[in-house]
Amino acid sequence: MEKYVCNICGYVYDPAVGDPDNGVEPGTKFADVPDDWTCPVCGASKDDFSPEV
Amino acid sequence: MKPVELKKDIWWVGCVDWNRRNFHGYSLSPLGTTYNNYLIVDEKVTLVDTVDKSFWSRLKCNLAQVLGDRKIDYFVINHLEPDHAGCLAEAVAYYKPEKIYTSPMGEKAMQAHFHYKDWPVEVVPTGTEVSIGRHTLNFVETRMLHWPDSMATYVPEAKLMFTNDAFGQNIASSERFADEYDRHVLEQSMRHYYANIVLPYSPVVLKTLAAIEDMGIEIDTVCPDHGLIFRGDDVAWVIEKYKEYAEQKPKNKAVIVYDSMWHSTEHMAEAVAAGLADKGVSVKIMSVKADHHSTIMTEIFDAAAVVVGSPTHNNGILPLMADMLTYMKGLRPMNKLGAAIGSFGWSGECVKILNGWLEDMKMEVVEPNLKVKHVPTHDDYQQCYDLGVSLAERIKEKIG
Repeated sequence: MEKYVCNICGYVYDPAVGDPDNGVEPGTKFADVPDDWTCPVCGASKDDFSPEV
Repeated sequence: MKPVELKKDIWWVGCVDWNRRNFHGYSLSPLGTTYNNYLIVDEKVTLVDTVDKSFWSRLKCNLAQVLGDRKIDYFVINHLEPDHAGCLAEAVAYYKPEKIYTSPMGEKAMQAHFHYKDWPVEVVPTGTEVSIGRHTLNFVETRMLHWPDSMATYVPEAKLMFTNDAFGQNIASSERFADEYDRHVLEQSMRHYYANIVLPYSPVVLKTLAAIEDMGIEIDTVCPDHGLIFRGDDVAWVIEKYKEYAEQKPKNKAVIVYDSMWHSTEHMAEAVAAGLADKGVSVKIMSVKADHHSTIMTEIFDAAAVVVGSPTHNNGILPLMADMLTYMKGLRPMNKLGAAIGSFGWSGECVKILNGWLEDMKMEVVEPNLKVKHVPTHDDYQQCYDLGVSLAERIKEKIG
């Protein structure tokens, strides 16, 4: 599954890890992450993420 | 204050703001602050950061005292916030630098701040080295410490690092080095600065400190952009302090932060505090009317538990308490227990609302949440006291 990078702070969302601290279970594809989820480092919205190159 | 030579040809050319009491509109700076910036006199004269715009003429005077008529060739802009880059437009127009070095995110922020067309900006990602003669500049991105554009600049020949906002403190003083200043006041100011400015980025602090350690570089001088400079043994001391702050290990301490209309919530707060204190927990009762949110946050920062109290007001909570909670949530404190108390007149939503905030901040909520109609009875006070006792027990478990 594709990783996504926060354009603001560089945090990498890894679907294998998810973001369990914020209610996103491991194994969740980025597309399936809730729309109101925000970057756990800088608070940027989901729109500010790009696929990792 | 006159320029100070920190090491041969490396100068502090900053300005001391003795009158500043409100820092960026959200935090207090009771001791004033400084806008530190630095000048390296080498084959290429290099200015590291600028100062707050209101000090532009003093900066020019400082630079002239060191340089005379010599020009400045390079600017290094570690961060674009206006207390550092505030007079960048004036400085570019006046000194006409050959290059302006900044981080990748710094370039974007610089464009968005100054809307320039033809500045000689050069982006320097981590690992970029620039020789300016006898000295080299090594750039290290420190994204989100505390803005996306934040960067540090290391000068290996001098074993010196310009860290911008990291390691800063709001202190106006005639002294330039930490070892010349009262240690207790310094530490209190560092704590206030960290709790109100750096706290949300604590995971980044830990990663950045580890990355700097991995680089295996020698640092004997840390030059932040606010307050005192650390040298010698103080370098290891301040790095250790930052690690301690970033880890947010809770202490045997609780803070009760409340607002009250007719003293019922206030008296409940006192009863909870008595329970905590009787079980050996250090407790502070802080009214949002008496203390600024940044002062309260400095106390909450190293506490193991936070009790929030407000009466119900128009089906909500009192406005100063809402301000406090909004501020606290934004700073993302970690590893804390929470509890809620409050009184009410006819409808009693306060405790439910306060609990919602505690849960949003991922605090472990300790029950029971206590709400009291109008004026507490003896039994109500007993329950408040008991809540203090059970919180104390949970704090002991937590800190081990």
